[in-house]
Amino acid sequence: MKKYLSFFRLRFAMGLQYRTAALAGITTQFAWGFMEIMIFHAFYRADAASFPMHFSATASYIWLQQAFLVLFAAWMMENEIFDSIVNGNIVYELCRPVSIYNMWFARSIATRVSKAVLRCFPILVVAAFIPHPYGIEAPAGWLHFFLFVLTLILGLAVTVSFCLLIYVLTFFTISPQGLRMVFISAVEFFAGAVIPLPFFPEKVQRILELLPFAAMQNVALRVYSGSMSPAEMKKAILLQVCWLAIIVSAGKLLCTLAEKKITVQGG
Amino acid sequence: MITMEHVCKSYRIAKRNAGFREACKALFHREYEVIHALNDVSFTIGDGEMVGYIGPNGAGKSSTIKILSGILTPDSGTVLVDGRVPCKDRIRHVREIGVVFGQRSQLWWDVPVIDSFELLKDIYSIPDHQYRQSLEELTELLSLAELLRSPARQLSLGQRMRCEIAASLLHQPRILFLDEPTIGLDAVSKLAVRDFILRQNQTHGTTVILTTHDMQDIESLTRRILLIGRGQILMDGTLDDIRTGSGSIDEAIADLYRSYQI
Repeated sequence: MKKYLSFFRLRFAMGLQYRTAALAGITTQFAWGFMEIMIFHAFYRADAASFPMHFSATASYIWLQQAFLVLFAAWMMENEIFDSIVNGNIVYELCRPVSIYNMWFARSIATRVSKAVLRCFPILVVAAFIPHPYGIEAPAGWLHFFLFVLTLILGLAVTVSFCLLIYVLTFFTISPQGLRMVFISAVEFFAGAVIPLPFFPEKVQRILELLPFAAMQNVALRVYSGSMSPAEMKKAILLQVCWLAIIVSAGKLLCTLAEKKITVQGG
Repeated sequence: MITMEHVCKSYRIAKRNAGFREACKALFHREYEVIHALNDVSFTIGDGEMVGYIGPNGAGKSSTIKILSGILTPDSGTVLVDGRVPCKDRIRHVREIGVVFGQRSQLWWDVPVIDSFELLKDIYSIPDHQYRQSLEELTELLSLAELLRSPARQLSLGQRMRCEIAASLLHQPRILFLDEPTIGLDAVSKLAVRDFILRQNQTHGTTVILTTHDMQDIESLTRRILLIGRGQILMDGTLDDIRTGSGSIDEAIADLYRSYQI
């Protein structure tokens, strides 16, 4: 366990040194957040009653999404991992007494968390001072806050395990481009990154909520403002745990297979 | 103790001729060629031996090293290293070995070398006192004192290679695989590295397997030589078996390759 923690530590420390990137990220996320809120505001003005969430809940959803973007952004995969597979530097990782899968997991989590730590606070603080209903509201209650943190962690784990599937599949396809493209588009749309899942037609939504994509950011962002009933929350958290178990097992299995038939590129 | 018996390993390589037309043709019909990187390779290496593993480009040297270090799975044959099957028992196996791939880097690019070392300490669960002792010894022998605090990306090739070798030895492995460790080194660094490998073998009894194209490496380090060509072991002998007449060692090796038509 300690070795994976050290990976986490080193990666975390590395993530903290990119200050300019963090500043640029924060700026983008503010611009993006404002834009989304203005768009939704226009929609709500037309007919507020026809929307499944209160406007203030939607605003909270958007701000949280922007603050924790790096935890869930599927497109933020680690190019170093792809490179090591494509050019063969993976040999060195294979001659260490560590599980490749666990090591990548620790490292991906660390990258995302270190970036999020740098970026989330300025966004959350500023968004808290934006007047009602455009800013971020306090969580619906202590229980909701606790569940928010729990589902945030679970959602992060699901997202990372999904990215790991792509890394592992690269052992078989060599070029990661195709897989990445399909995967990223699917996640962005089905996870509620473009519009929150409750805004989809009801029948579509019922299916989407069962998919692994809904176990990423969707749950945490909705639990926060209390727009899910206790029964819904229970089901959503259970689904998160199930998907996490399924995706991790699949990833580990594939990884073992890949290690058996691996070819080292580049001599 | 390392034994390889009747080990075979082949790769499938897609081939085509140059040009756009050929590329289009390859969309529909692809020709594969099976390359037998290793074709019935057998040898035994005892504890504490230093063996030079030589052969022309593409002879199967690196494949052998990768099989011995558990990275590649052989198609057939048995491999045993100190009683372990490397590819089946990878994690337990690699704890006991050190590997240097001369053309690749294991140091983390953006952080000081010492950070990579600390990470390796945790990865191999090296106890504190053993780590400090190894680090001191390696720092002195490879003159790393000035380099440890710089990021790996800002070191020159020779400086980095010395750090790479140190990184592979921090956990005091019983067996050391060196795949072209002196590639691109200047004369001083080369001598330092050779000296170091020799001392490692003498003081710690480390088994060393060394692949290289630099015959001076072989001359100054190893007594036993394994010659591989076209995936087969062609000769298992000493330097004196190779040296003919008064020509330089490089000429003797070239003659040898020619005589085996490899």
